[in-house]
Amino acid sequence: MLEVRGLRKVYGGHGRTVEAVRDLTFELKAGELACLVGPSGCGKTTLLKCIAGLLAPTSGEVSVHGQRVAGPPADMAVVFQEYGRSLYPWMTVGANVELPLKEKRLVRARRRQLVTDSLAAVGLHDVENAYPWQLSGGMQQRVAIARALAYEPQVLLMDEPFAAVDAQTRADLEDLVRSVWQRFGITLLFVTHDIDEAVYLGERVIVLSASPTVVQHQVTVDLPTERDQLATRSLARFAELRAEIYQQIHQAKAASTADRLAAEALA
Amino acid sequence: MSGPTSVSTGRASPVTLSQPAALQSGTAAHQRRRHLPLGLFGLIGLLLVLELVPRIGLVSPAYLSPTSEIVKTLAGEVGRPSFWIAVWDTVRSWAIGLIIAVIAGTVVGLILGSVGFLRRLTSSLIEFLRPIPSVSLVPLAVLLYGNDIRSKLLLIVYAAFWQVLIQVMYGAHDVDPVAADTARSFRLGRLALLRHVTWPTVLPYFMTGVRLAASVALILAVTGELVIGAPGLGKEIAIAQSSAAIPLVYAYVVTTGLLGVLVNLGARAVERRVLSWHPSVRGEVAA
Ligand SMILES: Nc1ncnc2c1ncn2[C@@H]1O[C@H](COP(=O)(O)OP(=O)(O)OP(=O)(O)O)[C@@H](O)[C@H]1O
Ligand SMILES: [Mg+2]
Repeated sequence: MLEVRGLRKVYGGHGRTVEAVRDLTFELKAGELACLVGPSGCGKTTLLKCIAGLLAPTSGEVSVHGQRVAGPPADMAVVFQEYGRSLYPWMTVGANVELPLKEKRLVRARRRQLVTDSLAAVGLHDVENAYPWQLSGGMQQRVAIARALAYEPQVLLMDEPFAAVDAQTRADLEDLVRSVWQRFGITLLFVTHDIDEAVYLGERVIVLSASPTVVQHQVTVDLPTERDQLATRSLARFAELRAEIYQQIHQAKAASTADRLAAEALA
Repeated sequence: MSGPTSVSTGRASPVTLSQPAALQSGTAAHQRRRHLPLGLFGLIGLLLVLELVPRIGLVSPAYLSPTSEIVKTLAGEVGRPSFWIAVWDTVRSWAIGLIIAVIAGTVVGLILGSVGFLRRLTSSLIEFLRPIPSVSLVPLAVLLYGNDIRSKLLLIVYAAFWQVLIQVMYGAHDVDPVAADTARSFRLGRLALLRHVTWPTVLPYFMTGVRLAASVALILAVTGELVIGAPGLGKEIAIAQSSAAIPLVYAYVVTTGLLGVLVNLGARAVERRVLSWHPSVRGEVAA
């Protein structure tokens, strides 16, 4: 349902070119929750922007529902890494969540209902009339998630959404994402650089190499569907998966260092 | 935090125009209010000195009228319709010129600010035109319109336009890329993007621009009247001066000053209302 084929993205201009992504190919089935891990700067955000139709790939293509992505697809929502900047400070929380629904031309009653329901789904009550800057970071992040949910997407992209919140909030939000995914049956691509988080959340983990970025490895997470912060994380299988991914990333780093050394030796 | 704070997020701008004046921070506004009594003392002191200096003969009363005399003359003028006609002439041309400048500056600023290509294309032209003092257009204005109100308007619009244009351009250029990406990912149309994202970002800059433009427009209105002889307070000052009615000259000068104060207070009040969500204003609530 979500296909990425031979995706390459080179940033140019300002006197330097950066090959953010070299060659990515992978696929998500409808209703799947996959986590994308990779070291910082390996092009995860770039990949997400290409999938979301916000950035044109240099070569290769992305398709959703078998249709090539040329602009932002209709049934896709994105939760950005910089959630603070993605909420509008001049609008109340309610208005922030409602704005995309207005653009979808939903009737008022339906919009009100979606706003209330989605905020409740992320555990926020009585904040509709507050402004985003009156909320804590974790609450803001939940508002951003609620806005995406209210949009009723079939595909949800989340870019390191929990990078800036404390451990407890993070655990809560992880469980929230799992429950939302199960409840709404959406296809979810979750970007993180935290291996533990990827294993805990995902049904599958896609490991990206360090730059030049390719898909290094894919792991199916054969853990029980019902996950629990304590129980799941203490399973032996959890530790194995974690070790496997860790090793892959480690190898990727070693390989890219070796490559670079070899290239330097040739030059 | 004290003094003006920049509302920009600090991203470097490829345009090399000088930085726009930024909003006063809320704390500064707060402090100013607390120090008002002290400022009032300063004003009273100045008025006293201005009263005494001509009275004890330090400066001849032929150049400087004592404060009490100015106040008396002004009080007399306030009762005459001709005074209010002059005020109205000035205020009307000020308002018309300001409105034209604000609309033109906003439209052009939004377009230039959001289209990088156009901004680069016009930046050197703007840098060339903007520093031309409006007053130097007086001969042109007179040639075109004589001492008609349109001469005055030309000066006012030219001076005020740049104030608004530069601010709005910077504002439109300062739209947060994450905010814009968010809007695009939710498929907001061009108009919705302008209304819900670009315009609110521009608003603080716009308000600063309008406040600056309002002051400049008043200056140019009075200047135009003085130099060209278009009807208004400036012309009254010139007439009073040529008939050696010194207290009357000062009475009109004080009137223009009071107008300026009113304009500034009004602009600030509007700014505070409109930008209640903005960090520079919302800080005031907490202080
Ligand atoms: N607009 C841009 N122009 C030029 N280069 C860019 C741009 N955006 C990203 N890059 C470069 O592309 C590479 C990948 O960036 P990207 O933001 O996609 O990484 P990331 O995997 O999301 O990193 P992080 O985990 O830190 O968020 C980096 O080397 C970065 O410098
Ligand atoms: Mg990123």
